[in-house]
Amino acid sequence: MALDLKRLLGTFLEEAAEHVATLEDGLLRLESGPVDQDLVDSVFRAAHSLKGGSATLGLGSIASLTHALETVLDGIRRGDLASTTQRVEVLLRATDALRSLLGAAASDDDPGLDVAPLVAALEGVSGKESPPAGAVGAVEEPEDATPAAEREVEVVFVPQPEFFLKGMDPLLLLRDLAAAGQQVQVTAHLDELPALDRLDPEQCYLGWTVRLTTAVSMSGLRDLFMFVEDDCRLEIRELAAVEATTPAAFEDAADPQASRPAVSEPANGGARGGKNPAGTVPVATSIRVATDKLDRLVDLVGELVIVQSMLNQTVSDFSMDRLVQLQEAVAEMERNTRELQERVMSIRTLPVSTVCSRFPRMVRDLGAALNKSVAFQVAGGDTELDKSVIERLGDPLVHLVRNAVDHGIEDRAGRLAAGKPEQGTIRLSAAHRGGKVVIEIRDDGKGLDKDRILAKARVLGIVDHEQELPDEQIWSLIFHPGFSTVERVSDLSGRGVGMDVVKQTIDALNGTVAIETERGRGTCFRITLPLTLAILDGLCVRVREQIYVIPLIAIVESLRLRATDVRVMAGRKEVMAVRGQALPLLRLDRRFQVHAGARLEEAPSPWALVVIVESEGTRVALLVDDILGQSQVVIKSLEANFRRVEGLMGATILGDGRVALILDVHALARRDQPGAGGPAKRMESDERQVSA
Amino acid sequence: MSRTILIVDDSPTMRDLVRHTLTDAGFAVIEGANGQEGLKKLEGQKVDLIISDVNMPVMDGITFVQRLRGLPSCKFTPVLMLTTENQASKKDEAKKAGATGWVVKPFSPEQLRGVIGKVLP
Amino acid sequence: MATSAQANHNRQYLTFMVGNEEYAMDILKVQEIKAFTPPTAVPNTPSYIKGVMNLRGTVIPILDLRLKFKQVDPQYTKFTVIVVANLRNKVIGLVVDAVSDVLEIRDQDVEPPPDLVSDAQTAFITGMTAISDRLVMLMDVDQVINPEALPMVGAGSPAEGEPDEEVEPECLDA
Repeated sequence: MALDLKRLLGTFLEEAAEHVATLEDGLLRLESGPVDQDLVDSVFRAAHSLKGGSATLGLGSIASLTHALETVLDGIRRGDLASTTQRVEVLLRATDALRSLLGAAASDDDPGLDVAPLVAALEGVSGKESPPAGAVGAVEEPEDATPAAEREVEVVFVPQPEFFLKGMDPLLLLRDLAAAGQQVQVTAHLDELPALDRLDPEQCYLGWTVRLTTAVSMSGLRDLFMFVEDDCRLEIRELAAVEATTPAAFEDAADPQASRPAVSEPANGGARGGKNPAGTVPVATSIRVATDKLDRLVDLVGELVIVQSMLNQTVSDFSMDRLVQLQEAVAEMERNTRELQERVMSIRTLPVSTVCSRFPRMVRDLGAALNKSVAFQVAGGDTELDKSVIERLGDPLVHLVRNAVDHGIEDRAGRLAAGKPEQGTIRLSAAHRGGKVVIEIRDDGKGLDKDRILAKARVLGIVDHEQELPDEQIWSLIFHPGFSTVERVSDLSGRGVGMDVVKQTIDALNGTVAIETERGRGTCFRITLPLTLAILDGLCVRVREQIYVIPLIAIVESLRLRATDVRVMAGRKEVMAVRGQALPLLRLDRRFQVHAGARLEEAPSPWALVVIVESEGTRVALLVDDILGQSQVVIKSLEANFRRVEGLMGATILGDGRVALILDVHALARRDQPGAGGPAKRMESDERQVSA
Repeated sequence: MSRTILIVDDSPTMRDLVRHTLTDAGFAVIEGANGQEGLKKLEGQKVDLIISDVNMPVMDGITFVQRLRGLPSCKFTPVLMLTTENQASKKDEAKKAGATGWVVKPFSPEQLRGVIGKVLP
Repeated sequence: MATSAQANHNRQYLTFMVGNEEYAMDILKVQEIKAFTPPTAVPNTPSYIKGVMNLRGTVIPILDLRLKFKQVDPQYTKFTVIVVANLRNKVIGLVVDAVSDVLEIRDQDVEPPPDLVSDAQTAFITGMTAISDRLVMLMDVDQVINPEALPMVGAGSPAEGEPDEEVEPECLDA
């Protein structure tokens, strides 16, 4: 019966990821501190488990690599080998290779990695030759193992009295022996059998002599008794040879001595149950959840069902004098639902440490490569974030940390000259603050250079030459695409991910990033994120008959507008004067052309409401007809059944069942930048003219 | 009525593999992640066979076998140790602790079934 | 060579009116039928996409087939319905003038689409059949929404020579 190897692979890969993390963590700690036996044992076990699992699944490269790894770790565990830097370096490299191999196994790719050099390196530091994986370390069989001709064989099998205590049943051995041949004759030895009143049923008093005709070899017959050799007297001898036309092959019921590779499928290819037509094998993602969290959820759902039926009942024969009951039932429902919501969200959360577990290693390696000494610290690593947020946060954080090592922290000499300790520190702290998660990456390096950034921006044309900008906007310039003030694009942080991508990713997570920096003292990137992607704190506003939701995180304030506060710039753009600053005024009804046929007023009525929103240091004033209030809304994706719409980040369903659109403040603010496009138009398909 | 096998191993992959192989073969399978969990499971129910890994946290396989042989219900239950060690020493230790036999990792489902066939009627 | 079994294959269709014309769509794609309620308008979309609507907690787009088929000034009366269709795992609502019936139409009774079918409809009219002296056009609804299924923002502008191509419009400066 075919095993669901794909699923098994999934389980293994999950488990393997944990083991690799244990390996790396443990190795780093072994390198820097004294040998802690528990630590070493756990690292060894991780390698050991990896070896077992990978071998079973036929992942050959991984199996041989982990085998070599395990050998070295075994030596360290026993105290035969020391955890020197050189040795740990090799072990760490092997761990990296393992990670790649596992990743390749997950996506059914060819890793293109030859483990032979690494295995050799590991053997080099193991102080001895490690036996090749899967080799037989077994006792050499003195007898000839080749199938013999048919002959009569006599087997004397006398178990020791305590035979049963090892869980073996002599009858099974006799059965197997009998199955190995024909013309079987069994004689029982009864000499040791005591009288019934002295008989201890837990002891074995019997022995047997079995004669049979068989072609099985001596060693084959001995193999049948492999488990019990030390627990019995066993004699096997051949009697007369018997004529046979062909030697019967002895079929092993099992050969537990795995001197041959166990899994019949070829490594990597077959072990994964076939490719899916699209060419990729998706490994389902999963999450570990504490069972008590789930138990509580089950309870809650139960309570909800009860309240639900109470409600049903109250409603079905309702009269006004039962209004209070109805209200109470509804309130109870609301309480339960809210708790359910919180608990379900908490299932999807993972600690921040999940993302930055590899940072210490990364910082160490990076620093070493740049001849800098950099330490990485984490504070609040157990702060929890939604799983999907954590997954997408990984890359931006990596980039920011690498950036700090590369460009923030000075080299050893530079630091000493500046009167700083030789070792630089990068600190990642995470905390819940007011319903949000704040993650800071702080370094004690040289800080951002305002003049250089401004100069570069001017060169790139992002900023006009004479334009002066407040500091916050200058720092924000580094998020502009194509921006990098470093002359050499360092191999380490310059590739692929740039600051602009970091910003985009954080925006996509409905978060914000702020920069604090001081020349000579260091820089801090502060990322603020909502706790979950699914729920948003927003302000509901009405524009004509449409209701929109503005994410609270983007709102600065709301004001009443007077006609005199509006000016018109450059013939087209309206701006509003707010405390001396001119902010672009955005009329949502015009921008969204909701009622294409409606007459658009040229000027707002004497008094109107304006909500000032901010994105990336840019502020825009949104003109609305009414502010309906704050609420927590569930974000419904527009993309699920429709598609992404510019200017919107999703939709939500209001209490009355209507759909309200959630504004993408970032997109709206950007469109209003000087030089950016004007308001969008609703396309009338018959309006589109195509030049013939 | 189907027979029950207890598998004790700290590797979820191994437990999965064993569980699939054995349920396919008609056994009921219960699991533990280490010796201590294994003992707990045994207190609750009678099993027909125990399969245990050697290297596990909290309580390793050898200790587990020693302890389980002390439980009245497990005095004569066949116990198979899963080991990747090829050295005779581990097998000896296991037997001394009271194990019936062993299965060397890596093993194929067929091999596992075969060994089980040796110790179960 | 079609086997007799295939030729006699009956499929069930939902027939509905768009303007004065009758169409039929695969009943298996119809999830439900609702009375028309004004959806929430969505910016940056072609005019035949009226907006989005809440369907028991899911936000689905509402497409007015009458506008899509170039009808001028469609009415929204109490007979106007939204046919909620499940197309390749996307759920959308189609506004039609009325729903007629569920009919069984045999494959062998389906003729190729008429030449009179306008360009707007060519891609998704897969055939026609006569039902008691009415002409019913068979529609492949998947094709109707095909370009909308593309999740691209700011896709290219309409290609030359294909004025009715339903490509998402880029936002233009006024």
